[in-house]
Amino acid sequence: MAIGTADARRGGDGALMSGGRWSVTGWLLLLPAAVLLVTFTHFPAAATAYHSLFSTPRAGRPAVWIGWENYQAMAADPVFWQSLTNNALFALGTIPTSMALALAMALLVNGSVRGRAWLRLSYFTPTILPMIAVANIWLFFYTPRYGLLEQITGLFGLPSHNWLGSRDTALACLIVVTVWKEAGFFMIFYLAALQAVAPVLSEAASIEGAGRWYFFRRVTFPLLMPTTLFVLVNAVINSFRLVDHVVVMTRGGPDNTSSLLLYYIYDVGFKFWDTGYAAALTMVLLAILASVAIGQFLLLDRRIHYR
Amino acid sequence: MSRALETLAAWLLGVLWILPLAYATWTAFHPKEYSARFVPTAPLTLQNFVEAWQAAPFARYLVNTVALVTVILVAQLVLCTLAAYAFARVSFVGRDAAFLLVLVQLMIMPDVLIVENYRTMSRLGVLDTIVAIGLPYMASAFGIFLLRQTFKMVPKELDEAARVEGAGVLGTLWKVYVPLARPVYIAYALVSVSYHWNNFLWPLIVTNSVTSRPLTVGLQVFSSTDQGVDWSIITAATLLTSGPLLVAFLLFQRQFVQSFMRAGIR
Repeated sequence: MAIGTADARRGGDGALMSGGRWSVTGWLLLLPAAVLLVTFTHFPAAATAYHSLFSTPRAGRPAVWIGWENYQAMAADPVFWQSLTNNALFALGTIPTSMALALAMALLVNGSVRGRAWLRLSYFTPTILPMIAVANIWLFFYTPRYGLLEQITGLFGLPSHNWLGSRDTALACLIVVTVWKEAGFFMIFYLAALQAVAPVLSEAASIEGAGRWYFFRRVTFPLLMPTTLFVLVNAVINSFRLVDHVVVMTRGGPDNTSSLLLYYIYDVGFKFWDTGYAAALTMVLLAILASVAIGQFLLLDRRIHYR
Repeated sequence: MSRALETLAAWLLGVLWILPLAYATWTAFHPKEYSARFVPTAPLTLQNFVEAWQAAPFARYLVNTVALVTVILVAQLVLCTLAAYAFARVSFVGRDAAFLLVLVQLMIMPDVLIVENYRTMSRLGVLDTIVAIGLPYMASAFGIFLLRQTFKMVPKELDEAARVEGAGVLGTLWKVYVPLARPVYIAYALVSVSYHWNNFLWPLIVTNSVTSRPLTVGLQVFSSTDQGVDWSIITAATLLTSGPLLVAFLLFQRQFVQSFMRAGIR
């Protein structure tokens, strides 16, 4: 009986306080954060959906309801499709590479390699630098004739090439910068996970005569699965969220061959001030992010976990 | 044999990863004629830093950035602590639904809602202020989530004991939870400061003048308009921009790496 009342006092799922008065306390504690969250996340998300159905207000001409017109314009807009395709290519180019490199780096510096501390530092440093600074450094790196890349290709007698100014290589240049920036960040999550793998496992495996590759494939890699998923979700979000390097290095050019979705939204919204159309474009981005969230929920909570 | 190959691969990656930074450092610390010529005997100079510092109001940008990251961090710590405590230890009507709504921000970050948030800032009349840069980030779902996990691990007996001694909700929070969550606060603070020190797109959009621009935007304005192709000065400015954070990182490496790790593992 006494235990029963104590339980009731703690509330159903382990909360310490419950009941009417505590409801007020709970909401009061939450209030400041809730106001800001609603104002700058939920409200703008809903307002985006709403404004995407209106024309852009211009001087002397208020916004009018135009239904799906912004979306029809979008479907017929080659720059939108190009930005979306570029973004898909960008994601495909950055995510697997940076994750594989992150895992390789973690495995390399988790062992007893010579100069381990220095190597970790070198891998991780790009994480601390602002993307904008990184982009400036790489801009110099890619500069025609003058930059380091041209000097190296020049040594091998290759012809001069404008890496950022050419339609075929601009997006690839952005991909390389992003991989360089992100691999070390993802590495630390793998490193943390590797350090949690019990050393007994590898001892047992070596007694059994299992090779290191076999051990990695059958034991380490499956154990790292939750980390891989976590890193994957972050990498996907980043590939749609981060466009600082586009602003600095290519401005989406040449001919939109390196424009990413968010960069195009920025262009439409803040250079052409076409906010109605920008809202429709933002809806696509929100739909992509929402499907990542749903995908993560289904995968993370249903399939992959330690037993 | 395979061990030697691994060491080789590790070092090759290590050199590749430090190369762009080393290259920028070389250019920034040498006279212009050596900016892309690697002669070991080239004289060292600080002239590029002096010129960059004088060519743009970097001092003001630095003040703005420090103010920005401080304002955001203080607001985040207060708001997230209160909300996290509510989610962790107070049972109230609508708690689970509210928590789900908070988590939405993990996916739909203010970074992508630029058009509507700009409209809101304009309506609030705060465009081109440091507050406008910070406002969308102050209630951080990530911070709430992280602190809620931490608070849930605090033994309930401690909470009850503080209450028996007459402490109220805020008193208990301050005396019991905050001290126990110290490492998490430090981790969160480092991640938050690095994030907002480096943030660019949103500050670029809402700022319009020297009085509110943070370093990242200042660097972009500087390198895209004033300098043309004087790479020595631009790389010097680049290092200036990232300098304080980079130095802090080099001094407190272990702390930084552990913070990023802790913040990432949920």
